[in-house]
Amino acid sequence: MEWDWNFVREIFPTLVDGVKITILATLLGSVLAAIVGLGIALARRSPNRLLSRTVGFLAEFIRGTPLLVQLYFIFFVLPDIGILLSPLVAGVIGLGLHYGTYTAEVYRAGIENVPRGQWEAAKACNLSSTQTWTRIILPQALPPMIPALANYFIAMFKETPLLSAITVLELMNQAKSVANSSYRYIEPITLVGAFFLVISLFSVIALRWLEARYGRIER
Amino acid sequence: MNRFMINWSGYIGLILDGALVTIQLTLMGSALALVMAFLAGLGRLSRFFAVRALATAYIEFFRGTSIFVQLFWAYFVLPFFGISLTPLQAGILALGLNVGAYGAEVVRGAIKSVGREQYEACTALNLGRWQCMRHIILPQALLVMLPTFGNNAIELLKATAVVSLISLTDMTFQAQVVRAQTGNTLVPFTTILVLYFAMACVISWGVRGLERRMARGLDGVRV
Repeated sequence: MEWDWNFVREIFPTLVDGVKITILATLLGSVLAAIVGLGIALARRSPNRLLSRTVGFLAEFIRGTPLLVQLYFIFFVLPDIGILLSPLVAGVIGLGLHYGTYTAEVYRAGIENVPRGQWEAAKACNLSSTQTWTRIILPQALPPMIPALANYFIAMFKETPLLSAITVLELMNQAKSVANSSYRYIEPITLVGAFFLVISLFSVIALRWLEARYGRIER
Repeated sequence: MNRFMINWSGYIGLILDGALVTIQLTLMGSALALVMAFLAGLGRLSRFFAVRALATAYIEFFRGTSIFVQLFWAYFVLPFFGISLTPLQAGILALGLNVGAYGAEVVRGAIKSVGREQYEACTALNLGRWQCMRHIILPQALLVMLPTFGNNAIELLKATAVVSLISLTDMTFQAQVVRAQTGNTLVPFTTILVLYFAMACVISWGVRGLERRMARGLDGVRV
């Protein structure tokens, strides 16, 4: 079978529709992951042992099980207990929860990387807890987190094809449907691969820049 | 009421059959990934530009596209080039090559983390490049690689769920079969989630044990 440029031109608009959903899912998933991760990181630092242990175990569990199965769980099991979600919403929740457990580690490492002396100095200057966090700790902890967070968002972007399994009409699903209706797999699947490769290569460059800009920790 | 009257034993057997396929995929995929990781990782540190370029292209390509796309490409597109793979072969190939690319960066990082003075000692002792790598650098680098390799193996285990989408009867596939036959969703999916987590725990325990074994006798050597 030969590569057919006319066929490529024909299916291109359909694939572009898929790209839009892929990007939308990535953006919404990233926002959710950033919030969920912060929640998990804070809960694990909580003095309440029960809360920190429970959240810690749940995060470990989510990180140890496949995203695909979690998506199935959200999409197929939750409706049985009366929670009906559209495929896209279920997908975004799955992505956000799964990657939230990873971003939680980024937050934890970022906060722990602030030297102890900074906490002690804040105490010595008689700063309140809020002041310590907003004026001293977070301004130092946040910038080094940015490249690491971006790394996970790129990883999430590459996982969005999984959403096709729960009938979200993103890029992979559009490619599969044109492939199935025309019995031509080479062009659609290769185009999807090329799309992800191009975006990833650009994001590697962007990541290098972010690391150079924010990655350094000044001691 | 009769939702709870389902005879689960048969269905649990089905899921356990799938678990065997998942374990098989994880083991064989990890073996391929390990080989690829060392080949590409050492390739990136090669003296020869061509080898470095090849290794870099492999790593960037497989890290840049998702495992899902690679799997579909291996299963649906390769046949058009005359290479027909069974789902199991396509699964092992895609998983091994994908995780191997991530592993290669681990190998490279670990080897670079070994101090310069070790290389200088090699030169002082008149060891060849291969001898130096084999007897001095790798034994030290291996210990650094091990924890990350453990994480990569867990990532590979999680990625095996994707093969259910190319009709390989792994655990996730069987759970879908059970769902289709019984209409019950909670039991099959909870079962496989717990099984996946148990397997991930086994991997991380195993790696931790291996690490302790290999670190024996190294106390005080490492700073």
